[in-house]
Amino acid sequence: MFDYEKYLRLEMFPHIWCPGCGDGIVMKSLLRAIDRVGLQKDEICMVSGIGCSSRLTGYVDFNTLHTTHGRPIAFATGVKLAKPSLTVIVITGDGDALAIGGNHFIHAARRNINLTVLLFNNATYGMTGGQLAPTTPTGKIASTARSGSIDPPFDACKLAIAAGASYVARATSYHSQQLDRLIEGAIKHKGFSLIEVMENCNTYYGRPNKISLVELLEWEKDNTVNIKAAERMTPEQLQGKIITGLLHQTDRPEYVAEYEQHIARVQAKTRVPA
Amino acid sequence: MKKSVPTNQVKLLQGNEACADAAIAAGCRFFAGYPISPSSEIAEFMSVLLPRVGGKFIQMEDEIAAMGAILGAAMTGAKVMTATSGPGYSLKQENIGYAVMAEIPCVIVDVMRGGPSTGLPTSPAQSDVMQARWGTHGDHPAVALVPSSVGEIYEETIRAFNIAERYRIPVSLLIDEIIAHMRERLVVPDESQIVLWQRPRPTVPPEKYLPFGETPTGVPPMADFGTGYRYHVTGLYHDARGLPKDSPEVVDSVLRRLMRKIDLGMAEIQKYEEVGLLDATVGIVAYGSSARSAKAAIRMARARGISVGLLRPVTVWPFPEDAVRNLGNRVKHIIVAEMNLGQLVLEVERVVAGRCAVHRVNRVTGEPIPPDEILAKIEELAKT
Repeated sequence: MFDYEKYLRLEMFPHIWCPGCGDGIVMKSLLRAIDRVGLQKDEICMVSGIGCSSRLTGYVDFNTLHTTHGRPIAFATGVKLAKPSLTVIVITGDGDALAIGGNHFIHAARRNINLTVLLFNNATYGMTGGQLAPTTPTGKIASTARSGSIDPPFDACKLAIAAGASYVARATSYHSQQLDRLIEGAIKHKGFSLIEVMENCNTYYGRPNKISLVELLEWEKDNTVNIKAAERMTPEQLQGKIITGLLHQTDRPEYVAEYEQHIARVQAKTRVPA
Repeated sequence: MKKSVPTNQVKLLQGNEACADAAIAAGCRFFAGYPISPSSEIAEFMSVLLPRVGGKFIQMEDEIAAMGAILGAAMTGAKVMTATSGPGYSLKQENIGYAVMAEIPCVIVDVMRGGPSTGLPTSPAQSDVMQARWGTHGDHPAVALVPSSVGEIYEETIRAFNIAERYRIPVSLLIDEIIAHMRERLVVPDESQIVLWQRPRPTVPPEKYLPFGETPTGVPPMADFGTGYRYHVTGLYHDARGLPKDSPEVVDSVLRRLMRKIDLGMAEIQKYEEVGLLDATVGIVAYGSSARSAKAAIRMARARGISVGLLRPVTVWPFPEDAVRNLGNRVKHIIVAEMNLGQLVLEVERVVAGRCAVHRVNRVTGEPIPPDEILAKIEELAKT
């Protein structure tokens, strides 16, 4: 039995998440992955924005920074660049990372700065009561789209790949063991890594759309295909399916390492002879 | 090479350059910025200077990100700064409020230009004085310093870092465009002559550490991330350990402590200059480049036999209430000269509270206040 308690601030419980929420499943997966990487608690800085999932940083016993809405990647950039020895993990939601914080998301990917971004995608704004998110599927009901959304949703992974992220993965809260491995890989990867976790908000997405919690979880199982399995499937078979797994990994210069070299070059040029 | 005798260097520097030099001397080792006139030279100089001393410069994707990045860096123990102008200062306000709440030391330089909106990108104004006080939402303490010469930019930049660190608070340095782009003689003090304050750090083991606890000064010690003191930082109301709490008692005590720590430090945060006030019947209150116009007007008025003096706040927030109240007791008239349509004058009127008459000289043309305009007001009042 995995010892979760050694990573938790137990006095913070019970947590604020609704019964059936995917956030707790993802948090446990995150803790298992950190354990597998073998990091000490002092070596980890966890930075979050605003939203249900971003409350996670209050529950875990690391150096934790619960910032402003949309800005955790900007804060995390400062932490990582100022103290490269810290492993910096960003906890963010779909509204936090892709709407209000979209600019920081793409630019951190462009720099390929060594951050691990764990994006909890529940396709809605849960904390504020189920408003339309940049990830809500077209046609679905939200409290600000009562007759169904006309907005097309973002694909966070494609966006990150296009912007230059060097490790991009998608998982679901249903496939939690796969999620462990993908988070572990992301932490070990040197560069900007994104793990988009598709999870459910049965309270504010399921209820107005008349989808039960069980159906939401089954949807995660039935409508996703692992990238390896997808390679053996025809375009017809893949119609409407969401690909999960490690979608993209490349080796690109990492920002902090590049900056350290920049410092070395500048200092070599400007050093005053003894 | 160790120097046995302190050597002060004389330089001809632009205001923005003096700000960057002083930041390095103050120990700033992290700067995040975004290009904006008329402050961009500060970012340019920092990009050159920081790597030389092993520090980090990053040009962020926007003003909000720059503010966020410096706060993240400050959590690791670095002294941090960003620089901007009015529009960017507006964008940074939410994260400035976060820094107040999370008690993260940082320096924000706002090189003031004409507003509102894009306004006058390369012309001077002093129209962000109230933004420096109330720009971020909610009740909060604010510290803002307003230098009026290139030499004073150097001095006040260092003081901004000192106050930010000692009191764990964001400090705004409001420089108007005139001073920022002016070139002036500056005596750069020797390193040994510069007094630097550090943020209080914990002296207890991690298990006893309270990052937001009550202390006699109101300022709790701040541990660097990654040094064994694991704790939570949030913009929510929080208990002494930093964990979210919204009980009425916690909320009340946190906000009152945030205000109290600045009240307790008032004596060393406060700074103003008084010129020729001993025999004055008319007192001018002016700051930044307007104070230079005021000094010229005072010389002209005194040459004509009118007793007039100057109270020049260098710290505008917290507002120098005692000094202004005393002035109100001593003179018949106070003239507040500022490059806006009347911002700091509202505080002067509040504090003077009818002790004497308060008058205004304002200019919002994107030009400095000509000494003649202040002189005309002085002469008009001297007749009454």
